[in-house]
Amino acid sequence: MWLKAKIYNFLFLTLSIAGFTISILTLFALIADLVVTGAPRIDFSFLTSFPSRNADQAGILSASVGTLCVMLVTALVAVPVGIAAGVYLEEYAPKNWLTTLIEINISNLAGVPSIVFGLMALGLFVYKLSLGQSILTAGLTLSLLILPIVIVTTREAIRAIPTGIRHAVYALGATKWQLVRDHIIPYSKGGISTGVIIGLSRAIGETAPLITIGALTFIAFLPNSPITSHFPFISFQWLHDPFTVLPIQMFNWVSRPQPEFHQNAAAAGVILMSITMIMNLGAIIVRLRFRKKVTW
Amino acid sequence: MNNGKDNYALESKNVNFFYGSKQALENITMQIPEKKVTALIGPSGCGKSTYLRLFNRMNDLIAGTKVVGEVLVKNQDIYKNNVDLVELRQHVGMVFQKSNPFPKSIFDNVAYGPRAHGIKSKDQIAYIVERSLRQAALWEEVKDSLNKNATALSGGQQQRLCIARALAVEPDVLLMDEPASALDPIATQKIEELIMDLKQNYTIVIVTHSMQQAARVSDLTAFFYMGQLIEFGPTSKIFTNPSNTRTEDYITGKFG
Repeated sequence: MWLKAKIYNFLFLTLSIAGFTISILTLFALIADLVVTGAPRIDFSFLTSFPSRNADQAGILSASVGTLCVMLVTALVAVPVGIAAGVYLEEYAPKNWLTTLIEINISNLAGVPSIVFGLMALGLFVYKLSLGQSILTAGLTLSLLILPIVIVTTREAIRAIPTGIRHAVYALGATKWQLVRDHIIPYSKGGISTGVIIGLSRAIGETAPLITIGALTFIAFLPNSPITSHFPFISFQWLHDPFTVLPIQMFNWVSRPQPEFHQNAAAAGVILMSITMIMNLGAIIVRLRFRKKVTW
Repeated sequence: MNNGKDNYALESKNVNFFYGSKQALENITMQIPEKKVTALIGPSGCGKSTYLRLFNRMNDLIAGTKVVGEVLVKNQDIYKNNVDLVELRQHVGMVFQKSNPFPKSIFDNVAYGPRAHGIKSKDQIAYIVERSLRQAALWEEVKDSLNKNATALSGGQQQRLCIARALAVEPDVLLMDEPASALDPIATQKIEELIMDLKQNYTIVIVTHSMQQAARVSDLTAFFYMGQLIEFGPTSKIFTNPSNTRTEDYITGKFG
């Protein structure tokens, strides 16, 4: 019996290590291939040029500005709405069949294919609300996509707060709003920020829903500047401008026959991947910092 | 307003308490006098903590609970509709079994109550913090590290910090739910000394599992058993000459 257990133990260990090695090696092979192909192409002019018919003159300026603008809108919508929804569900919502149903569906929503969000956005934002194929539409679409992530992590962070803290706050005569404002939100900031960053790093690589709503694949101009020379000096016109984003630019280049464009795509891929990795690193740092600061 | 009767700090008249359909307290009538230490003793699940939490309505936080009867704080029925919970809890402070400091600085922990009640002046807050920490016999230990995170304090210090935090909102009554049960003997002794100091100015109700502790710190003792108040009287009488056999069996350790 003892020998049998040892054999099983050995087999299982071998299997686990094999599985682990294969997945890590595949990932590293992909990254290495991308970097080897793409990295030599990255230079200042690649970052600051518009796309072009000539592969060696093409750049990612409009795509990276587009990504930045879309992410800005996504964050501005998803963060407040997501946190508010999470706090409401955890702290205010009555516990009944309706809220249970909503809770289950929020988790399900995180698993819905992103193109479905794109179709929904096309119908709602583009046609019904006539927001056009704009940065605003894209930001709203992606914020819907990451809302479940933000809501779920907000709720998890709130649930990690011990009930003793809640009792202490109430016993001091504080109101529910004071509890939420002074304790619940500050103590769950770490978890919430992690969720936001992870959500945004998912949104930044999304292509399908943006193509569905009609993002352009070739764009040689920038959105309107948010700052203007005449009163009131700020303009929101950029929200209504057409756009493209990094993954769409990549998609566009990959679908061309010339190998030079494929190299461009790899270079854009390296940049996109670096941004994603930096964001994930940021999430880890934020989590560690808060874990040190907020202990029970 | 007094109309001839005694003024009790806390009072319950025929109080029944339910967790859903389960009755946790049966017909409890009891008067808790001012500026005395009243100990609630009894085996686990006898309802003593539930009874304690009636007086600042902490039981309200549990869904599906119901109170029948009158619970009076300063002769006011606190389960009437128009009762301001914020004001009630300012009068009736609470210290919990497990110390629960906020993950903030020592200063901010004590300052939280007064700030939440709208005191803005920095000088006044600083004065309240120092006074409360002194009352809780913690000032000398922490006066140089007020900005340190409260969760870095030892268990006993954390519990005294929680007492200071409760005192900072200037309550008249302090409810203590097994405040020393998670502490070592030395820290427990400090808490007990503190309780005896505080009773000059505060009405204290303490739930305890330790009969020695009840005997040491309390003036009055109430023995609860299976949701009923079995016996209530001066601590010396309960511990030397109880009139009910169940009280006697409990304090002599025949069950518990």
